[in-house]
Amino acid sequence: MTLLNVTPAPAPTASKPGRLHRVRPFLPLVALVVLAILPYSTITLPGIFEGPVNSPGTLQLLAICLIFGGLAAGYDLLFGRTGMLSFGHALYFAAGVYGTDVLVTRAGLPLWQAALLTVTGGTILAALLGAVALRTVGIAFAMVTLAFAQVGAILVARDFGGLTGGEEGLPLDVSGLPAGLVGVTNTVNLYWLALAYLTLVVFVVHRVSGSPTGRVLAGLRDDERRIGVLGLDPYRYKLVAFTLAGGLASAGGVVYVLIVGGASPHITSSELTLSLLVMVVLGGPGTRWGPVLGGVLYMYLDHRLTAFGTSDAVDNLPAVLSRPLSQPLFVLGTVFILAVYFFPGGLASLSSRLTPLARSLRPRPPH
Amino acid sequence: MGTVILLALTGLGLAALYFLVASGLSLVFGLADVLNFAHGLFLGVGAYGTWWAAGNLPGAGPDGFGFVLAVAFGVAAGTLVAILVELVLIRPLYSRTIEQVLVTVGLSLAGVALLQATWGADARPFPRPDWTRQVTGILGAQVPNGGLLLIIAAVLVLGAILAFLRWTRYGLVIRAGVENREMVTALGIDVRKAFTLVFAIGGAAAALAGALGGVYFGTVSPGQGGSLLIFAFIVVVIGGMGSVVGSAYAAVVVGLVQQFVNYYGTSGLGDICVVGLLAVVLLLRPQGIAGKVATA
Repeated sequence: MTLLNVTPAPAPTASKPGRLHRVRPFLPLVALVVLAILPYSTITLPGIFEGPVNSPGTLQLLAICLIFGGLAAGYDLLFGRTGMLSFGHALYFAAGVYGTDVLVTRAGLPLWQAALLTVTGGTILAALLGAVALRTVGIAFAMVTLAFAQVGAILVARDFGGLTGGEEGLPLDVSGLPAGLVGVTNTVNLYWLALAYLTLVVFVVHRVSGSPTGRVLAGLRDDERRIGVLGLDPYRYKLVAFTLAGGLASAGGVVYVLIVGGASPHITSSELTLSLLVMVVLGGPGTRWGPVLGGVLYMYLDHRLTAFGTSDAVDNLPAVLSRPLSQPLFVLGTVFILAVYFFPGGLASLSSRLTPLARSLRPRPPH
Repeated sequence: MGTVILLALTGLGLAALYFLVASGLSLVFGLADVLNFAHGLFLGVGAYGTWWAAGNLPGAGPDGFGFVLAVAFGVAAGTLVAILVELVLIRPLYSRTIEQVLVTVGLSLAGVALLQATWGADARPFPRPDWTRQVTGILGAQVPNGGLLLIIAAVLVLGAILAFLRWTRYGLVIRAGVENREMVTALGIDVRKAFTLVFAIGGAAAALAGALGGVYFGTVSPGQGGSLLIFAFIVVVIGGMGSVVGSAYAAVVVGLVQQFVNYYGTSGLGDICVVGLLAVVLLLRPQGIAGKVATA
């Protein structure tokens, strides 16, 4: 199926042998440590964050960004690494959010039980729906997953059985939660939780894509018929990837509901899946750090562009410019279209694209 | 009895709306393999174009001939946007389907945001002739005229598209292209002109759906296209991609199922039944009712 032949991002050009080369494998670890100790700093970054880095508002924004970095990395397991264009990934995230919320708020279960049940349930849901949806390939698969996700959105919005709170959403009942996860002063713990989730997803995706299964998945992306000819069953491998990605997304939902403190129906919408797709493509599909970067950046821009849109600098522009600029989705959608045209490999391919340019600009030594 | 007839006719009105959106989607997908997420944008442009023309265009208005002029303006605007999208955004990515889908996704996000930025997120009252607010008694059922208007329009559009596909040279090219694009190209025919044409037809039908949908619902809002689009996708898959007649059958089935189950069951159950229907069709007959054949 040529339809889903996602061009893999070009392999990073071999970096110069030297100090950087030796340090390179440890960079993710350094980044993790920096992110982990970030809440201890009181630096203010004017223009980037409102208030110091360790203020609850900033930490919450960062935590949401990290969650979506993890979600995008999980979605990339489907889109970038296996070549499955699913338009229903929001469903499993929403299953995580609403599952936890309903079990804690309506059923009064302790958090760990609710989380365990939700992640198990989300994974089973992904396995069942994936088993049906994967009977189709390509665009039909995209539409079927979209339709399944739409059922989820309808179920939540129509509020069957009075469980989900319908259009108004369902605030999380915090009375039964561990004290360390409740209250504005404990936002830092939620931040660490989000960081742990991101680390988990990146680790899982990395291990899976390095394993023999991961190589089969890459093969499915590049040429599904050939995998079939080799005697492997494409259906099973795709179902494994779909189930795993669904389970990771529902785990993300569990953390997200704690950070936001409730569930609202907009997370079930197909727009969320579309924005996951935008994140992955902006970051670079099929790369290790691209989707994470894309997810973090997208969520950050989505939040900050709203503030930017109402700032004086934009308001003083003529109405023709200021009105579209005050819509984050307009800016992000336009950037996305431009990225599809001019940076097909996303952010992750920027360095390999810019290096030749920089090299050609450097003055040559005289002979 | 009256209730059944009322439900059947309102269901057909809904089906007409789905068909107007789905026919263009289906042709575009059948010919160019583009899953067009921006189709909801064409619908929005048609609705807002009509709304704007009724208030601002000299000679146009909410009633009589002025309303026809307003709808014509909306349809022209939708068609123009569709042609521009094809020429500027889709054509450079010819035969790279995944990028084309991504571009239409970006376009649907940015376009709806642009509509929202220009006219606000809230629903606006739609200018409509007085007679569309009234009802007609048919076999003891009081049927809203707006729905009847939609049904008539959809039947006319169906007839026009079929006649075009059947009796014109470009219709022949499109039918052949849906069946085997490479062969048509090999015969020395520029299929890309047919792509533009199909986009224009689809854009016009979607814009008409936007304008008449505005009459039917009485309001117009930026997100209207998106929610209709998902059901239009379902109609396209059930009907078989590339088949206009299949889309028509599927639209009728989907519209009726939705209306009847939503009335006799719980509200919202009909929407879920439609998705169940989709799953059943895909498992039993993955190519849809009519398969990938542009029947005329």
